Amino acid sequence: MKAFIPVFPVKGMLMGWLWCALICGSFTTQVYAQETPADSLKLIQLNEVVVISAGRQLDHQKQRKPLSTLDEFLESSRSIKMVKRGAYAWEPTMNDMASERLAITIDGMQIFGACTDKMDPITSYVDVSNLSEAEIASGQQGTAFGNTIGGGINLKLDKSNFKSTGWSGSLESAFETNNAMRVFGGELNYSEEKFYFNLDGIFRKADNYKAGGDEEVKFSQFEKYNFSINSGYKLAEDKSIAATLIYDEANDVGYPALTMDVSLARAVIASVSFNQDTLFGNFSNWESKMYYNTIKHVMDDTQRPDVPIHMDMPGWSETAGFYTQAKLNKEKHHFFFKWDGFYNKSYAEMTMYPTNSNEPLMFMLTWPDVRTKNVGFYAEDHIPLKNASLKLSTRLAYHSNMVADDFGLNSLKIFYPEMDRTNTRFLKSFSAQYHKMLSDFHINGGLSYGERAPSVSEGYGFYLFNSFDNHDYIGDPGLNTEGSADANLSVTYKKPIFEITAGANYFHVFNYIIGKVDSSLSTMTIGAEGVKIYTNLDYAQLFNASLSGRYSISNAFKLTGRVSYHRGVDDEGENLPLISPISYRSAIDFYKNQFSASLSVDGAGEQTNYNPTYGETKSAAYATLSASFGKRFFLNDNDLFLKAGIENIFDTNYSTYTDWNNIPRMGRNFYLTISYSIN
Amino acid sequence: MKTLKYIFALLFLSATFVSCSGDDENTPVAVNPVEGLNMIYEIPATDHTVQIYSEKQNLEVGYNEISIRIKDMANDKYVSNAAPTWMPMMHMETMEHSAPHSMLTNSEESTVYKGHIVFQMASNDTEYWEVVFNYSLNGQQKEEALRVSVSQPADGLKKTQVFMGSDDTRYILAYVNPKDPKVAVNDLQAVLYKMESMMSFPIVENYRITVDPRMPGMGNHSSPNNVDLTYTSATKMYDGKLSLTMTGYWKINLKLINTNGEILKGEDVNEGNPESSLYFELEF
Repeated sequence: MKAFIPVFPVKGMLMGWLWCALICGSFTTQVYAQETPADSLKLIQLNEVVVISAGRQLDHQKQRKPLSTLDEFLESSRSIKMVKRGAYAWEPTMNDMASERLAITIDGMQIFGACTDKMDPITSYVDVSNLSEAEIASGQQGTAFGNTIGGGINLKLDKSNFKSTGWSGSLESAFETNNAMRVFGGELNYSEEKFYFNLDGIFRKADNYKAGGDEEVKFSQFEKYNFSINSGYKLAEDKSIAATLIYDEANDVGYPALTMDVSLARAVIASVSFNQDTLFGNFSNWESKMYYNTIKHVMDDTQRPDVPIHMDMPGWSETAGFYTQAKLNKEKHHFFFKWDGFYNKSYAEMTMYPTNSNEPLMFMLTWPDVRTKNVGFYAEDHIPLKNASLKLSTRLAYHSNMVADDFGLNSLKIFYPEMDRTNTRFLKSFSAQYHKMLSDFHINGGLSYGERAPSVSEGYGFYLFNSFDNHDYIGDPGLNTEGSADANLSVTYKKPIFEITAGANYFHVFNYIIGKVDSSLSTMTIGAEGVKIYTNLDYAQLFNASLSGRYSISNAFKLTGRVSYHRGVDDEGENLPLISPISYRSAIDFYKNQFSASLSVDGAGEQTNYNPTYGETKSAAYATLSASFGKRFFLNDNDLFLKAGIENIFDTNYSTYTDWNNIPRMGRNFYLTISYSIN
Repeated sequence: MKTLKYIFALLFLSATFVSCSGDDENTPVAVNPVEGLNMIYEIPATDHTVQIYSEKQNLEVGYNEISIRIKDMANDKYVSNAAPTWMPMMHMETMEHSAPHSMLTNSEESTVYKGHIVFQMASNDTEYWEVVFNYSLNGQQKEEALRVSVSQPADGLKKTQVFMGSDDTRYILAYVNPKDPKVAVNDLQAVLYKMESMMSFPIVENYRITVDPRMPGMGNHSSPNNVDLTYTSATKMYDGKLSLTMTGYWKINLKLINTNGEILKGEDVNEGNPESSLYFELEF
């Protein structure tokens, strides 16, 4: 019977989807005139969109650095900060919360990294070549993508979507001096009214980078390539199917902040979807998708000198899921409904090779084949009012974890003799967001409550070494559901040439999950300081505030700036780790006659609120200056775009609060990007 | 309609999966009372034979679980009323001594007499172990002596400790279980005897043995939720819990404490002292 356990939930989802397709499909013949949304409808612009699409013409001018990594794009967002363990695979954080408190999806697909040490955030499995934009939603506004506390990020794939553009293609290349990064990319597209396909590939290879003052950061090299294919076919005027396949592989990825590197990080991401303009007459934009992805991640320390003990740490994560969503406009109400589910399998092991080769290998399961099932229903209603609008949303989800491997279950029972194999919970989220326009003022405010289940590592991790605080971590299968009540408020003063926004949000997180030292436990990792157990704090409080502005000096010159403040404390008033100090960013952009230039400054104040018990040291204030220049040429019908720039002009040696072990960031770097597109 | 067909096909398939899983656990099987045991010796006598079984291929220094059966050649049946006793003897060049051993009982299987012997040393060409069996067969008292060979355990791991306690008493502590250690909380079992004379090794009752498993290859990593060995009068053995967090080589550091709370042997493991002088070794 055991062999069929993994099959069942996937089959269940498949059947659910088929049922839905059947029921809904039988109504598709009826055609109703689609209700047009009111013109006055203004969406609440709390959600930020970062434009990525490297291949699309005209977008380049918006980007300071077109072929930069996805990580750099995300970092340019106003609400995302990246945690770095090296030059590659940065981990996005939002509102000072990382992966386990965020819902990060790729085109609506749930994907979970396969590394127990968070060396492979899912943003590392796509590249700018196949993305059009990143939708970023703070707090419970992100629950459309999944259960979250801090917010949601959805990386949207770049698709031609039946535009009559015919054949088009482009070739791109970039070079960066600091770490000799070479980037080669290309894409080929064909699109007409009934059919389209997009094919793209990108290859990146980088050597060790140098921090300010020519200090080489050893083990910071990486190499990766990514291919993707998207295709769509119109079955009828109002019906289409689409399929996506992404293959991403990184090799020889160095992690200077860790004691080991990655020899392989591979993802295969596939989906098929069905789209229909209307459903039951009243519903519109009906989209259904089934997806599957599999990730293999292999950590490797054979390149490192002086490791106390050699170890292999491979991990696997497989996810299958579906969603189906539609809109409904009824009088003043604009509803959006989504039903989704996924099934994930996370398995990771560790084999250590004793110095005395006569002794047997030391083996443990660090993720005991945890099967996660989540089925959720999301609904939102957007109601335009007089000079105002209101958005209500909710997500209700069933979430269960099951430890499938007996070896792993027995291992965890060493710590939790009474633990059950299965853990089920019900997750709720409610949110209300109000937007009011008073002449030139826009006021946005919201209240919400949301919940999330512990991550696989928090619930079931077994001696996961964290080099940030130099502790081994052990999960607790009995953790309570983490919940968060949050409030946000922002005021924008908006004139055609001038805009200024002041915003703040506050999260009161109940049962905040964090590792606490258990001094009675003995470390596993040689050299580790102690063992932490994931525990629920009674509560924690997080506060973020920001002030940002935009000023159009003239048609050609634009000035932007932003400063933000962050604070996070636990239930005893102690600082939470990885909370940003005051940070700021300002830029002046020039654009005229296909020529663009920019000068930007990025910096942060001294980190005064840090916590040594979480392995933090105070990070010093810093500021860096960067500049870029771009020019677009038209060659016959084709398009040549050149962009060059300097980052960290003064070669400052600095590290930020997010950098593990205070590994310094990149020093002065020149880059040159060439893209040639054939239209 | 086509979709409907697929759904029915899926439903049908899933029903088949479920129904396939019925298992046939009720089939009666003739139980072999010495299943999984090796017959390591057979003593032929005129009208019967004595068979000696062990889980191992041969007898080793340390705790040996031994089963014996006596077969009556007259009716080809194994006897269940032999009431056997045994006495292991080490014949050295200048002296003789016995070994700690239990009684032989047939409480589980009426024709199989089970017990254990803790051999303190290996035999060699000039010094040998002999086990003398006394039993009754058809109303007659019989005696058979069997010379057995006892070797050091093939894995070279220390699982038996013969030592002088701080109370000037010689003790024999031998590891019994788990025979097949797992990454889990294992049931730990050991036997403790003291040497009263060359021939007498009584069981020591109600002492306590602390358990501190360590991995010397992993910076002396230890595990939580271990339980000290304490005496169980029903089994006449010491029972505790042993947590092993990974496979590999483990040193189980022990301390023997008498009923007055005095440490008779062994030391605490800490920064300055990586191991106790009283320990077992495990590999899996």
